[in-house]
Amino acid sequence: MIQMNNVVKKYPNGVVAANGISIDIKQGEFVYVVGPSGAGKSTFIKLMYREEKPTSGDVIIAGTNLSKLKNRQVPFLRRQLGVVFQDFKLLPRLTVYENVAFALEVIEEHPKKIRNRVMEVLELVGLKHKVRMFPSELSGGEQQRVSIARSIVNTPKVVIADEPTGNLDPETSWEIMNIFEEINARGTTIVMATHNREIVNTIRKRVIAIEGGMIVRDIFGGDYGYEG
Amino acid sequence: MKGRTIQRHFRESLRSITRNGWMTFASISAVTVTLLLVGVFTIIMMNLNKVADDIENDVEIKVLIEIIDDADKAKAAEDKLMKDIKTISGVEEVVYSSKEQELDLLIEDFGEDLSLFEQSNPLRNVLYVKATEPQQTAKVAEKIEKLDNTYQVVYGEGKVEKLFSFLNTSRNIGIVLILGLLFTAIFLISNTIRITIIARKEEIEIMKLVGATNAFVRIPFVIEGMWLGILGSIIPMAVVTIVYYKFYNIVQPKLQGELLQLVDLTPLLYQVNVLILVLGIFIGIWGSFMSVRRFLKI
Repeated sequence: MIQMNNVVKKYPNGVVAANGISIDIKQGEFVYVVGPSGAGKSTFIKLMYREEKPTSGDVIIAGTNLSKLKNRQVPFLRRQLGVVFQDFKLLPRLTVYENVAFALEVIEEHPKKIRNRVMEVLELVGLKHKVRMFPSELSGGEQQRVSIARSIVNTPKVVIADEPTGNLDPETSWEIMNIFEEINARGTTIVMATHNREIVNTIRKRVIAIEGGMIVRDIFGGDYGYEG
Repeated sequence: MKGRTIQRHFRESLRSITRNGWMTFASISAVTVTLLLVGVFTIIMMNLNKVADDIENDVEIKVLIEIIDDADKAKAAEDKLMKDIKTISGVEEVVYSSKEQELDLLIEDFGEDLSLFEQSNPLRNVLYVKATEPQQTAKVAEKIEKLDNTYQVVYGEGKVEKLFSFLNTSRNIGIVLILGLLFTAIFLISNTIRITIIARKEEIEIMKLVGATNAFVRIPFVIEGMWLGILGSIIPMAVVTIVYYKFYNIVQPKLQGELLQLVDLTPLLYQVNVLILVLGIFIGIWGSFMSVRRFLKI
């Protein structure tokens, strides 16, 4: 599903955020990406949805080699992925409903199907009753649930999450994790960068640890492994 | 692109206008103020230009005809001269005026004292010649001078050239001012639109991250720019139309029979209104298009 072959990413300012990363993530897996700040977690995530291009090496998502992807093809890649961010990245002037529907509007889906599907995912994340609200009227946890709803609305094979619980209190974080587990149970691959030791140690999944731009650990059912 | 997506873009552009209240207001105000300036200035320039044209068109060549005693010969010579002048390229019309008519004109201008000349008229028969292009008057006059039976050719030599060069200079200054104003309008309006779009930089980035193509992000902004242009044109069009209409109705009657005339209401007002609207729409679209472009690279 996701393959990286000897990926190197060097930023113009000289920082090497990925220094020969190779990995293979299969369909349906749930993977945590852990590591200290500045270790290259975010770059690792950004390489997957092509916000960053590798300096060398290949990133292959669902059979598409991102290194060979032209700029104008990038939107079509992103439609096959769902991306969830720490800061939610909701459109502030659109309602909950419109934010989720946006991901279906870009693929020119039929309006009737959009309505059904949007309500379906909003029900899944438990926000069906707040469809007309604007993001600013929601709590952080609710906003993140909208963001997750948007990421899965066009049934992607992979959901990529960059510290989705980073801005949330512990209780809300667990709610969010429940939703991710639910999505994963339906066969969607999930790659999640996180700093949340408790979550990683409780919901045991494959753990990939990155330090200095290299994978230092890759264990199925591993623990967080860093002292808080 | 599917029809319903185009519909969606229009809906989205309207939604954006209503939900971005203050920024919409700022953009429309900028469009309104600058287009009002453009409209007013254009009308002033068109009128000044009309004045210049009227003055130019008033320039004519006066050809005094050689006196021939034999009446038949004189008539033949005059007819031939008239015909010859008409064949000169650049001549628009030739009007014959007999010496009696000339004297009448003088009497009209200077009073009955001159009427004693009616006994023995010292004047000559005259041909009034107009050049198609007023600026060509000197050249035409030169050619007429070479013809037979011309006693004297008068067109205000020296003065006319100065007048023309003055009018040309003022026309050029007018064009430069209008171009400068247009440039300022484009700059001001697209700048205001850009500021409102920069405020929405993050939205554009989010749209791109969710898988929107550049066109999908850009088209609603461009349509929004078009609405801003249209909405911003309304007040300038109304003001320019009403003010010039009133001004024309008050001033024009007082200029009856004068050399200087205002430009007629139509088609001037249609032209200026179309100019304002087209300019507003063009700048709105262009400003949005260019501003969004900067944020699409993600």
